Amino acid sequence: MEPYDLFEYDVLIIGAGGAGLRAAISAREAGCNVGVICKSLLGKAHTVMAEGGVAAALGNMTSLDGSKEPDNWQVHFVDTMKGGGFLNNWRTVEIFAKEAPERVLELEQYGAVFDRTPEGKIAQRPFGGHKYRRLNHVGDRTGLELIRTLQDKAVGVGMNVHMEVVLTKLLKEGDRVVGGFGYYRETGKLVVFRAKAIVMATGGWGRMFKYTSNSWEGTGDGLMMGYAAGAELLDLEMVQFHPTGMVWPPGMRGILVTEGVRGEGGILRNSKGERFMFNPDYTPALYKGQFAETPEEAARWLDDKKNNRRPPELLPRDVVARAIYREVEAGRGSEHGGVYLDVTHRGAAYIKRKLPSMYEQFHALGNVDITKEPMEVYPTIHYTMGGIRVTPEECASTVPGLFAAGEVAGGLHGANRLGGNSLSDIIVFGKRAGDAAAAFAKQTTLGNIDESQITEELALLMSPLVDKGGESPYAIHQDLQEEMQKNCMIARTEEGLNHALEAILSLQQRAKHLSIGGDRRFNPGWHAARDVRFMLRTSEIIVRCALQRKESRGAQWRLDYPKLDNEHWGKFNLVAWKNGEQAQIEARPLDPLPDRLQALVEEQK
Amino acid sequence: MADTIILKVYRGDAEGGELHTYEVPKSPHMVVLDAIHHIQRNQEPSLACRWNCKAAKCGSCSAEINGMPRLMCKAQVDDYAGGEIIVTPMHTFPIIKDLVTDVSWNYRVSSKIPPLVPKPEYADKPFNLQQIDVDRVQEFRKCIECFLCQDVCHVLREHQRTDGFFGPRQMVKIASLEMHPMDNLNRREQLKNEGGVGFCNITKCCTEVCPEHIHITDNAIIPLKERVADDYFDPVQGLLRKIGIIKRERKQPLDSVPNEQTKIHRPV
Repeated sequence: MEPYDLFEYDVLIIGAGGAGLRAAISAREAGCNVGVICKSLLGKAHTVMAEGGVAAALGNMTSLDGSKEPDNWQVHFVDTMKGGGFLNNWRTVEIFAKEAPERVLELEQYGAVFDRTPEGKIAQRPFGGHKYRRLNHVGDRTGLELIRTLQDKAVGVGMNVHMEVVLTKLLKEGDRVVGGFGYYRETGKLVVFRAKAIVMATGGWGRMFKYTSNSWEGTGDGLMMGYAAGAELLDLEMVQFHPTGMVWPPGMRGILVTEGVRGEGGILRNSKGERFMFNPDYTPALYKGQFAETPEEAARWLDDKKNNRRPPELLPRDVVARAIYREVEAGRGSEHGGVYLDVTHRGAAYIKRKLPSMYEQFHALGNVDITKEPMEVYPTIHYTMGGIRVTPEECASTVPGLFAAGEVAGGLHGANRLGGNSLSDIIVFGKRAGDAAAAFAKQTTLGNIDESQITEELALLMSPLVDKGGESPYAIHQDLQEEMQKNCMIARTEEGLNHALEAILSLQQRAKHLSIGGDRRFNPGWHAARDVRFMLRTSEIIVRCALQRKESRGAQWRLDYPKLDNEHWGKFNLVAWKNGEQAQIEARPLDPLPDRLQALVEEQK
Repeated sequence: MADTIILKVYRGDAEGGELHTYEVPKSPHMVVLDAIHHIQRNQEPSLACRWNCKAAKCGSCSAEINGMPRLMCKAQVDDYAGGEIIVTPMHTFPIIKDLVTDVSWNYRVSSKIPPLVPKPEYADKPFNLQQIDVDRVQEFRKCIECFLCQDVCHVLREHQRTDGFFGPRQMVKIASLEMHPMDNLNRREQLKNEGGVGFCNITKCCTEVCPEHIHITDNAIIPLKERVADDYFDPVQGLLRKIGIIKRERKQPLDSVPNEQTKIHRPV
């Protein structure tokens, strides 16, 4: 067979966003030889796009509902469970809420420079679904601060960086993963990594939707590599639409507008000028009485958070996104089919200090001055709550040797993620995955590479360059995006989902015969051909899970099953795995909350 | 036709290349990256360029537009109304293909700069810092590593002194550490020697191209030059230090932290 480069590591980390880099630091500090695979250049991963902040109960600020107690892990635990529709793995959430503060303070030791309070502590801002001001932040570029901090620290502790390398298949020996196979984007030549343990940290998958805040990287490749290796997947129907993506200009459609805008007092209005989040129909029972009920109270909250409740714009993301969707469907949308988000009342100086990158983004790319006029926003696909099913403590998948952390892993966020919880997710579970992979690596030796597994993948990889007269992967990708956007977005129905499923199955047939011009050197068309196959399989499982869950919970909103079904569906996760060529899907009972945690939930009702 | 634009895009590799002309439909407030994507999707799927966020936050889509280093995602087509739009790769770095260059040198240099080492009294304790203490450091930490400043810097671009000067980006990085109130490493020797801060002759081209509007020259490089001058070249300060009237700030030497030798691999 064609020759390939071979590298050997104790721990191989696939993905160099926050989770991967944090895993690299801990695996290296445990004494392992670490290899890190970046699909792009180092430091360009999607973490960089996170804006609002990293949620951790440091307790530096007062509560948002008049409570005298400082913030603590118990409240963060309950907020996260409520936000996730109680579909979350409670043990994962418990670990998360307890460890997040320590991980954030550690970032400061690594060199992160957070905004400060007048007392000299890390400043925290309010965000949807969080009872306290809990988002530790740096203006509205917190993700950049995190990734650069972790990048510099990881480089400092020593790692092997492989930039612009794409892995497409995990290699196995028996049950265990022993390596990965892929290619260099630059030359198109092949590369194989042998490793004692592998951490999957490839992030989420939003590119199968037409309007998404995701970059080209969010294709589900890591998820599908895990799936193909036999890992179980969890909650794939739960795809988060962020309420506020840009709608104009067309080239910017779907690009994120941080929740920080609403955290800093941003107001949502429809075309009639109504502040529609005050419509009582939009506030779910779980949150009744916890939010301001008049614009006057919401206005007072800006300066007096102790004695006033937070504005309803700060309800969880799924709630706000549905409200925006309904306003536009009811014909109360803005000029370009969104709603208005207005923060002008905070004044130009304040906006430029607290939301500098939003100011720049709209000013430079949308010709809108957000200090003088409102933004137009509409929900955009943003985050995937589901992912590889892992153990809470070790982030171990169901495949020996394979760990997963960050967005590619499932279980923490349940049916809907609260803003700010993804940045704390990646540092808490990035560390745990790195520790656990290092411990696993120390107990084992390198496995053997079975070249027949490579040959099989290589044939698939090369086919678009060899086949003539096939379709363009871009055409198939575009059709997939249209279909998913139309039939698997915010409002789902059995009819729409069945339509999407049929469309995806037929696209999968079309994708068997792709053709692309040029050679293997840095050829985006060739890369797109492999990506679209990952996206098609991922989409199929998303749709199949969405069909199966016959209720509305978090991100899953079924118009034909509009009610929360706690009697049945509230007790199950959907788990998918590869069974031959089919995706097997099973409703698996949730582990009920132990009494001590149930008591916390009751206390905070 | 009024609704299309003409782009000339460099296609080629280390062996050579030429400008290819493409016609692309125009959409409102279109940016150059939108046009490049349109070409990839509809005309030339093998056209190579880097991009990620498409919102000027990741610094991947650096190129030169009509000779000016810019992010393609931030360059509005309307800025060139009626005129030519010529897109070429960054000139300073070796070309790989089309608009993609080998920027790995920047990462290798960066790995020589150790991260923050907190002062012993603050190790493993939350920092107590006022906003005013961190304002200037936060300006430097806005850097998205697009390397446009490295591309435009004469020392690197015209004189190819990658052996003697780390470049503006790394000066900004060192400034963010040198001016961090909690950092305990003495970074001035590195600045003076292998960092080559003296090479900069303050033409401010880097500042001009920075998409994050960091005042690279005024706020980072000039103060760093002054610190180096104070420590190594000021005869009065040297004398006062010698007789003990002023004391040098005691920080750990750079070589007191282990250099763990991160390796940036490149395909052979």
